[in-house]
Amino acid sequence: MLWRPSGATEKGTAMATPQSVYAGRTASPPARRARRSWTGWGFIGPFTLVFALVFLAPIAYSVHLSLFQDRLVGGTTFVGLDNYEQALRDSEFWAGLGRVSLFLAVQVPVMLFLALLMALALDSGRLYGKGFFRVTIFLPYAVPAVVATLMWGFMYGTRFGLLGDVNEALGTSLPDPLSPDLVLASIGTIVTWEFVGYNMLIFYAALRVIPHSLYEAAEIDGAGQLRVITAIKLPAIRGALVIATIFSIIGSFQLFNEPSILQSLAPNAITTSYTPNLYTYALSFSGQQHNYAATVAIVMGLVTMVIAYVVQLRGMRKAA
Amino acid sequence: MGTPATTTARPAPARRSRPAPPPRLRTPRRRRGGSPARPRRSVLLTALSALVVLYTLVPLAWLVISATKTQSGLAGSFGLWFDGDFAFFGNIADTFTYDDGVFTRWLLNTLLYVVLGAGGATFLAVLGGYALAKFDFPGRRGVFAVVIGAVAVPGTALAVPTFLMFSEMGLTNTPWAVIIPSLISPFGLYLMWVFATEAIPAELMEAARVDGAGEIRTFFQVCLPLLAPGTVTVLLFTMVQTWNNYFLPLIMIKDPDWYPLTLGLKSWNDQASTAGGEPVFHLVITGSLLTIVPLVAAFLLLQRFWQSGLAAGSVKQ
Repeated sequence: MLWRPSGATEKGTAMATPQSVYAGRTASPPARRARRSWTGWGFIGPFTLVFALVFLAPIAYSVHLSLFQDRLVGGTTFVGLDNYEQALRDSEFWAGLGRVSLFLAVQVPVMLFLALLMALALDSGRLYGKGFFRVTIFLPYAVPAVVATLMWGFMYGTRFGLLGDVNEALGTSLPDPLSPDLVLASIGTIVTWEFVGYNMLIFYAALRVIPHSLYEAAEIDGAGQLRVITAIKLPAIRGALVIATIFSIIGSFQLFNEPSILQSLAPNAITTSYTPNLYTYALSFSGQQHNYAATVAIVMGLVTMVIAYVVQLRGMRKAA
Repeated sequence: MGTPATTTARPAPARRSRPAPPPRLRTPRRRRGGSPARPRRSVLLTALSALVVLYTLVPLAWLVISATKTQSGLAGSFGLWFDGDFAFFGNIADTFTYDDGVFTRWLLNTLLYVVLGAGGATFLAVLGGYALAKFDFPGRRGVFAVVIGAVAVPGTALAVPTFLMFSEMGLTNTPWAVIIPSLISPFGLYLMWVFATEAIPAELMEAARVDGAGEIRTFFQVCLPLLAPGTVTVLLFTMVQTWNNYFLPLIMIKDPDWYPLTLGLKSWNDQASTAGGEPVFHLVITGSLLTIVPLVAAFLLLQRFWQSGLAAGSVKQ
């Protein structure tokens, strides 16, 4: 799962939302009855073991790698923080980081706003065919990123692209979505398509558990629908909003699949260092620079965690 | 987009209701209404939402329609309408037979990764969630904190070192390189923890113990059946993750014989741009359709499970 974070980790959101807030406070339910013993390890043991192998060990190894360099003369040598220094001065890395930041600043708000609007529309009970909307908007989530990107790539493309057909039929000349100026927006369209329904369902699940007594009280106080949304619904699902934002941020910083697959269609627009993840991949698998690749990955990981943490702090502070 | 519609439509009934609360009592509130007034269906809101549906469905419609075309038909006809000759079944046959039926091999590989990876992930998550929910053991809080914290670690930070580790262990280019990392689903662990806390009464476990059942028997015969709905949800979502996995097999697997469908389709697509490669876009498109059909079908058929599963964590509130 760690390999498809934008989708995978987001799944935690649904559950994490209202629950985690409570879980922390009502605290350890088992403490009530269960005896404190090692029996539990028999059940959690297998998970912990595999977890250590595929999560903890690679992290430790990554840090180890980042402190060394493979030199022509002298082989692998300890270089301290030299790799990190190099990363901080690496303009390709910064360009990639800037690109995903721009992506993040535009795509994530658009996607989450659209998801929120649809969740509110579903929750309002004012749609005809609510079930149809809920399922069809969610469906793209079941489509692999590879298939989604190939499909959109074909539609964007000049070969048998839908866009070309539209241009031909209407005599328009819409700009090429795979040109260097537009390709980031085109990727955003694909990613939004993939995850808007998923986020919608998370928000919708959170909206559904709002006690109806609140709406009745608001009604008696004469609150309009907009007021109900801003004063009751949005604050009630703040947890879901914050967590969906955090995981969308993580997903954006890890952008890989979509640009990597579009690369063959738009080789001029998408360079090998288009996103930090593509860069890491190119460094380690084409360039054989494992140590430097590990460093870039760690720096990206740190940046992601810091930003996710800041968003969480801000989101939660507003809630207080 | 939807907001203006909702807001302009809403105030009237809400305000009207203020002076005369008693009559409202006669109308039983709809369970899922979610609005202060009786929800009145709105054509405008439905029409605006239909635009979003258009966005989500047009690409899928394009895929289905394109799967009925020959390669020349793909280039020569309008994308959202059928071409003269209906090549759908021919395309399917070609997809399965092209290159000695390598598509079938990829499909079986994917099934292998899904069964062992997602099945294993679900099993570990159920065991672990059960332990976190029902036992107090030394280090319990620590385990939970580390697992939740690890969710925030970017996957690629792990990709390179995992690849290097696995290659030293001789695991790369084998199915294990894809299956083992798929075995961990922090989300699944979390869901099962929440679910088990709610679903299994401590009295029941005590009763089983008093009756002389061992821990293993208590788990499998008494508790596991109660965990079934949560288990199905975790299984469905881990299946999607494994089925759709691209990055992990991309770095781990070099031998096309061990490709999953996603990598295979990508390699067919890239065939056109390699020197001397034969373009097989009709197969890429038909293969893509065949790849998503099982998942879309699973989601549609199991709606009840995953929708209640998504809400499971929220119910407690």
